[in-house]
Amino acid sequence: MTLRARYARDRFAEAMFVLATLVVIVPLFFIIFHVVVNGFSALNYEFFTEELGSPSRAMQGRPAGLVHSIVGTVIIDLVALGMAVPFGISTGIMMSEFQEHPLAPVARLMTSTLNGMPAVLMGLLAYALVVKNTGGFSALAGSVALAFVMIPIIARTTESVLRVTPWSLREAGLALGLPRWRVTTALVIPAARAGVVTGILIAFARAAGEAAPLLLTSLGNNFLSFDMTRPMDTLPQRIYSLAISPYRQWHSMGWGAAIILLLFVMITFYVGRVVINRMEKQFRG
Amino acid sequence: METSTQESIRLETKDLTVRYGVTTGVQNVSAQVYDKHVTALIGPSGCGKSTFLRALNRMHDLGADIDVSGQVFLDGENLYASSMDPVVVRRRVGMVFQKPTPFPTKSIYENVAAGLRLVGTRKKSVLDEVVERSLTDAALWDEVKDRLRSPGGSLSGGQQQRLCIARALAVDPEVLLMDEPTSSLDPMATRRIEELIQKLKDKVTIIIVTHNMQQASRVSDYTAFFYVGELIELSPTEQVFSNPKEARTKEYLSGEFS
Ligand SMILES: Nc1ncnc2c1ncn2[C@@H]1O[C@H](COP(=O)(O)OP(=O)(O)O)[C@@H](O)[C@H]1O
Ligand SMILES: [Mg+2]
Repeated sequence: MTLRARYARDRFAEAMFVLATLVVIVPLFFIIFHVVVNGFSALNYEFFTEELGSPSRAMQGRPAGLVHSIVGTVIIDLVALGMAVPFGISTGIMMSEFQEHPLAPVARLMTSTLNGMPAVLMGLLAYALVVKNTGGFSALAGSVALAFVMIPIIARTTESVLRVTPWSLREAGLALGLPRWRVTTALVIPAARAGVVTGILIAFARAAGEAAPLLLTSLGNNFLSFDMTRPMDTLPQRIYSLAISPYRQWHSMGWGAAIILLLFVMITFYVGRVVINRMEKQFRG
Repeated sequence: METSTQESIRLETKDLTVRYGVTTGVQNVSAQVYDKHVTALIGPSGCGKSTFLRALNRMHDLGADIDVSGQVFLDGENLYASSMDPVVVRRRVGMVFQKPTPFPTKSIYENVAAGLRLVGTRKKSVLDEVVERSLTDAALWDEVKDRLRSPGGSLSGGQQQRLCIARALAVDPEVLLMDEPTSSLDPMATRRIEELIQKLKDKVTIIIVTHNMQQASRVSDYTAFFYVGELIELSPTEQVFSNPKEARTKEYLSGEFS
């Protein structure tokens, strides 16, 4: 092959990569652009300070906002995260560090199955477990549903980052006369913690965007509530109900809510990155 | 070395056999290791030196499909007895690996303290004392005393290996196993570790695997020659190098095979 033909091939390959990347970036950019254009006008002061109330509020031009959805999202997502992290990490540890245990293959099958299941089924599960048994929709049920979404993701990523930490680290710990659980918690997990945190962030972002499981559990609420045992509002479920409502004013608030949800996820990732970078830096020379 | 008859046996194996599935690692090894002396394990690559060494502190326990039979006696106690806890065995028989393995997320201080702190010793005065003593014993104290809080990984390769030796010494083992501890180090760092081994043998019984004949003759009092999974000869080092009993040892030392 001539040199010129090789250059041509090189440029062609590069063009294909650029094209493929654009196919990924452009729709994403379009979504963000569309959301911002449609929702920006709804983001006034009241949006962040007022409750939604009844449709007449917005129709009559009285102040209405989504403070209750923003607060509810933060509460339900954080409670879900609190429930999911210990179970997710423990399951990941079981699958990576205790492979000979009879539960390990069962856990692996369960997490891969759950990972592939639509989130609405997690809502059904939480509905059957919590809503049915406690006699009503509640924020707690919503957190349980989102925890079910998060757990398999956290478990899987924890398993895979633990698996790539060198075996020599475990041997060094065992050779010191440390019991296995101590080697895992004090040496292996800390060595893999940037990866574990990344997995938690991915699970959190994924769950934060889910509306379906919340419609069946935390239901929604037009007013601000801090009571975990009662229905509570969240952004994804609110976006859905605003979108299917017949009111123009509410449609625009729905786009505004989408902006806030996007920002929420982006801030989560940004903060996560900062935390991870700090952890990494601490152990470099 | 010439007084070997009066020395006491610290560790002894009887018919020790290790199999990896169908592959034999070592077979029917019966060996004696003398208290407060250095025993070197030599032999061609793949002859079972590491396999033998790792059987001495039950490092094979976690490998699936690894079968260990025979006995290992430490002070007359069988380390493979059913009542023996492998975690306790490994506190009594420490190990240093070929590649330095400092705990990456821990400081120099915490690396040395890990063996105690992670099993419940919290008292700072005790830990401080052990850390200083172990680092001093490992000939590293003067180099790191002003930066005990820096990560263990920030040290040079040779320093990291001495850190690993300090870490092993901190739990006060009776026997220290070293698997080619200098093979990833430069000649200067190697020299320092060899000098260190000479000093340490007053405190601890050392078994060292080496592929370097000169190293075996420099540091050890006894030398064991392994060949294809079997222990061919175990005698005072001087004798192994000047007048080996076995023809195969002689052939190996004269470079007729490797
Ligand atoms: N984890 C393992 N699985 C299977 N075979 C192994 C394993 N480790 C060592 N062996 C085999 O056991 C024999 C002895 O190996 P080893 O003890 O590592 O030798 P040396 O340390 O003397 O080079 C070799 O044939 C090697 O291939
Ligand atoms: Mg070896």
